[in-house]
Amino acid sequence: MKFLPLVWATLWRRKTRTIFTLLSIVVAFLLYGVLETVDYAFSHPANSVTGADKLITTNKYSITFSLPFADLQQIRGVPGITEVTWITWFGAYYQESKNFVFALPIDTDSYFNLHQGGFIVDPAELEAFRNNRSGAIVNVDLMKKFGWKVGDRVPLHSTIWTQRNGSLDWSFDIVGTFSAKDPAEATQQSSTFLFHYETFDEGRSFGKGDVGWFEERVANPAQAAAIARQVDALFANSPNETKTQPAADFTLAFLKQLGDIGFILRAILGAVFFTLLFLTGHTMMQSVRERIPELAVLKTLGFSGGQVLGLVVGESLLLCVIGASLGLALSFATLPILKQGLQGVDLSPRAIVPGFAVAILLAFVIGLPPALRAMRLNIVDALAGRG
Amino acid sequence: MLRQLAALTLMNLQTLPQRRGSSSVIVIGIAGVVAVLVSVLAMSLGFHHTLADTGRADRVVILRGGSDVELNSNLTRAEIDTISNAPGLARDASGAAKLSNELVTVANVPKIDTGSDANVTLRGVGIKSPEVRPELQMIEGRMFRPAVRELVVGQGAARQFRGLTTGSVLRLRNADWTITGIFTSGGDIHESELLADVDTVGSAVERNGYSSAVGLLDSPASFAAFHDSLTQDPSLKVDVQREPDYYAAQSKDLAKTINIVGNTVAVIMAIGAMFGALNSMYSAVAARALEIATLRAIGFGALPVLLSVMAESLALALLGGILGATLAWLVFNGHSVATLGGAFAQVVFQLRVTPALLATGIAWACTIGLLGGFFPALRAARLPVATALRAN
Repeated sequence: MKFLPLVWATLWRRKTRTIFTLLSIVVAFLLYGVLETVDYAFSHPANSVTGADKLITTNKYSITFSLPFADLQQIRGVPGITEVTWITWFGAYYQESKNFVFALPIDTDSYFNLHQGGFIVDPAELEAFRNNRSGAIVNVDLMKKFGWKVGDRVPLHSTIWTQRNGSLDWSFDIVGTFSAKDPAEATQQSSTFLFHYETFDEGRSFGKGDVGWFEERVANPAQAAAIARQVDALFANSPNETKTQPAADFTLAFLKQLGDIGFILRAILGAVFFTLLFLTGHTMMQSVRERIPELAVLKTLGFSGGQVLGLVVGESLLLCVIGASLGLALSFATLPILKQGLQGVDLSPRAIVPGFAVAILLAFVIGLPPALRAMRLNIVDALAGRG
Repeated sequence: MLRQLAALTLMNLQTLPQRRGSSSVIVIGIAGVVAVLVSVLAMSLGFHHTLADTGRADRVVILRGGSDVELNSNLTRAEIDTISNAPGLARDASGAAKLSNELVTVANVPKIDTGSDANVTLRGVGIKSPEVRPELQMIEGRMFRPAVRELVVGQGAARQFRGLTTGSVLRLRNADWTITGIFTSGGDIHESELLADVDTVGSAVERNGYSSAVGLLDSPASFAAFHDSLTQDPSLKVDVQREPDYYAAQSKDLAKTINIVGNTVAVIMAIGAMFGALNSMYSAVAARALEIATLRAIGFGALPVLLSVMAESLALALLGGILGATLAWLVFNGHSVATLGGAFAQVVFQLRVTPALLATGIAWACTIGLLGGFFPALRAARLPVATALRAN
């Protein structure tokens, strides 16, 4: 520690060079922080909707195939399941196809019971929703986006479901709003629009008595896998076999459909760090080469080979850790921007600890070769300029 | 002045091998940026190519009005009959319209790289499909037969999804389907799909009716007449689109996202590489201070010195750009990947490193080189001659 001022002084021996090297380390760790966070987000879906006690049952053939509503009774009978709700994909937009609305016909009681803790909702508005068959309860962010107010009657266009009169346009009365309890889920829920399954099922011209998928809550998360198998066994060899899985796995499988994002991100990071290694490594080599006479003087003064090695590695360590801190701090600052772009994923600054580990590793890889050279320095040759 | 510039630049470039270390920092730094930029843009280009560039202007897709994609759409047998009588469709010798009634469904098939289920399109095609899509060729095995559970696999799908080989059996909805062959269709979206007979698919998924109709027009110019006759028919409510327009709409969003991500990462990396270039060029100028001062003393102007330093930086950047672009081309051109497309089904596509893309990469390299060379060049040109000569 007492050598810190010495290391610090040698680091700034050539100011411009150190600053430029530092900035390129900052840039590399900025990318590291951002890409690792994105990678983490894609492999860890947001938590509380997909809590360990939640299961999802879909048609085994594909989620685009529905399941009979009658399956509900059998699923309810499975021991260990405390709540079941049923949901259908409505495929809606408002006015133009770019105005996507995550509209879902739901069963009010079972849905809000199953997702209790997920929403902040005024009990009076929830009651108003219960009592209005053409009512809808809408996320506050979506209300803001389209300038809707409670009391408005809004048309939604479904790309799938025709009404009995052949129209794809449905109208709903907004009777209340809700927001996400967990801020991490705010983006995920931000375009949710809930309305009554009964109204939907009566109104649609085909598919009556079908539902898109079931969601279950189990009493004991440790039994979730066994219960999932029991549910699927109920419908084995029926025309609509099911696939039941923890909600988190379901979301993860969906994200994986986008592609092997982790591989792409790691490939980019590999290129970034290889380039950085080369650049910074070269600078360190150059810096030690220039200082050979000074290092020889240090040795003459009685510094041991190990101490000189420590000084050079310390310099590299200081450079990398300062660069990594700045870069990671910058990547942390970009989180709000990323959150807008990535819906339905949990973003948090996970890259910090592994980031510093990478920085220290980098410091040794870069610092050791010149440090070893400094350690092995022969005083006489070095002072004579033959180093 | 030009002669001075040429002499200086030549001298700089000739001494490059003596400064191999610091020069290679510029080359490798820029090669990294260009390789990443070109690879990511090749992805968005490949995706766009598969969806948007391979349709035919004389082919049309007819969906139920307001459905956006085939998966959501629904047409009855009667509607298909009406459509097949519309003017403008190409017809065979017996007068039957070249129109394929299709049923698009999505099946869970595991992806090879991630091992988890992905939405793969199983498309039931009508008996006129071979005439509507003459580009479709079997490259292995044979075509499926109607009325038996047989299907053929696009070559893109065969590469990306597990178990899709000729002769193997795919279990879909309690029934075993035999894969009779693998086809190509010129790199378009259908190579990501499984194709089977439409009525066999319909009975397997218990669906009456169809998703869409795909027709071949007698000429691209017949589109307006065909479109108007269908949209003005009060008994129909359909959307009629040219095939390229239909698929282009599905590629727009994702291609845009990939472009934004790719450019952002490349800009950040470019800034890093520029710092590297600045560093190297400053130390090159510092190392040659005496030499530059001598040149100035014997009458070389400040501008030729400035330009010659920039020329050196540009040459190194160019080398880096070419290296990075070549690397991206060697590793990724034709590399096959799959993602979820706008129609909620997997799209298999190949990364495309085109000459235009290579040029973009090299243009980026030159920009970094010029910016990284400018300030060191300025320092070289402003070097006080007397002081520099006296030093050392």
